[in-house]
Amino acid sequence: MTQVQAGVSQGRRVALTGNEAVALAMKQVEPDVVAAYPITPQTDIVQYFSSFVADGQVRTEFMTVESEHSALSACVGASAAGARCMTATSANGLALMWEVLYIAAGLRLPIVMAVVNRALSGPINIHCDHSDSMGARDSGWIQLYSEDAQEAYDNLLQAVRIAEHPEVLLPVMVCLDGFIISHSLENLEVLPDEQVRAFVGTYRPDVWLLDAARPVTMGPLDLQDFYFEHKRQEAEAMARAVPVIEEVAAEFGRATGRRYGFFEAYRMDDAEVAVLALNSTAGTARYVVDRLRRRGVRAGLLKLRVFRPFPQRALADALEGLAALAVMDRAEGLSTAGGPVFVEVRSALYDRARRPLTMNHIYGLGGRDVGPDQIEKVFDDLLQAVECGEVRRPVSHLGVRE
Amino acid sequence: MKGKPGWKDIPRGGMILEAGNAATYHTGDWRSQRPVWDPEACTHCLFCWIYCPDSAVRVVEGRMTGIDLDYCKGCGICVNQCPKAGALKMVPEDTAAAG
Repeated sequence: MTQVQAGVSQGRRVALTGNEAVALAMKQVEPDVVAAYPITPQTDIVQYFSSFVADGQVRTEFMTVESEHSALSACVGASAAGARCMTATSANGLALMWEVLYIAAGLRLPIVMAVVNRALSGPINIHCDHSDSMGARDSGWIQLYSEDAQEAYDNLLQAVRIAEHPEVLLPVMVCLDGFIISHSLENLEVLPDEQVRAFVGTYRPDVWLLDAARPVTMGPLDLQDFYFEHKRQEAEAMARAVPVIEEVAAEFGRATGRRYGFFEAYRMDDAEVAVLALNSTAGTARYVVDRLRRRGVRAGLLKLRVFRPFPQRALADALEGLAALAVMDRAEGLSTAGGPVFVEVRSALYDRARRPLTMNHIYGLGGRDVGPDQIEKVFDDLLQAVECGEVRRPVSHLGVRE
Repeated sequence: MKGKPGWKDIPRGGMILEAGNAATYHTGDWRSQRPVWDPEACTHCLFCWIYCPDSAVRVVEGRMTGIDLDYCKGCGICVNQCPKAGALKMVPEDTAAAG
């Protein structure tokens, strides 16, 4: 999708799987510490990275640990000590990190983690949906979503800069779809090592545990008199991440020609109906939008890249002019009120005098494939709602057998 | 909560930037009762000193000299194990403070 401009680094065109692209980005960043535990479909990332370490291609301290709880705990300790840290996980591995996710964010440690999206058990399943990262949406981590291997690579590099920015200092998850992206080979453009090193720079924490000249305590008991103030700081950091994400994307765009924002609005200018999707489904939806446009349907796509912080105002600006919007959630949420993305997008539109009819399609759970015809069915639902002037089924399950 | 600094004026994420500051944190303010020592009755056996979980019994040159109320949490173990009736007794904090 991205157009390479003249005068920017062309990098190198290579064929890589999503996991290889993430592992390569990690290699080029060469963090001080990687602590990780294998879990499908993320395993490749850790496996490739461990071979970079074994072959002496990186000087990273690679910690093999006994669980994901330990993996993230080790990152918390190493990050507090002053190291640049990374890890990667999926599904139940992320679930096992749960309490440490909040600790990493609460202690304001800029850890970067690739999350290869996979359905949470049970029933046990190893394929793609977003129940893992959506469940972690309130843990204080910034969340970037990636349509393809290129975006996973680009997001991972930007994540380092966002996380470590002095105004932010929050951990970042870079999400990509399990198997669909993690194990599919595609062409992408990777940057020269020197350019990555120049872009991410050297991590220089202002306060770090191994600074013997200035001993500090991190993670002390924080009771009624101060915990609330620290959460208020964390909320502020998340708000301050908004301009930082934009600045980092702008700098990345200048260096590579690949432009990123909080979301991509595709053929939205005159759109009457649109779908909103994250990750790989956006690619399929873009194809469907083009197909419908050829038939005269004013269809559009909004691909959300940043879910945390949630770009409430900008999203409402982009969506308020539609007649009808379908939000596609690859996580059930089980609230009976719709999936997590739907609830927040609809809430973003509440204050607008002009707002579209909205509906939610829950789809693709446990790796259930979603093809162009199904997305076209979503547009059919939208066109029907526009014709009737109402949404008959606000929340529906797309592609499930009755 | 008034008089304490706001969220803009405290270190990030609960960090404590001052080393050795535990010395200024007086855990004795948790206490609802305090041990009161009678020097006349005390035999200086130092059982209280051995048992005190907070090292709040002050001993100088082998002799009991009183309770460190900055750190005594008022658990009463010293009083419980004291073999000499009346050498240590627990008194409610409000009574003790008034007295």
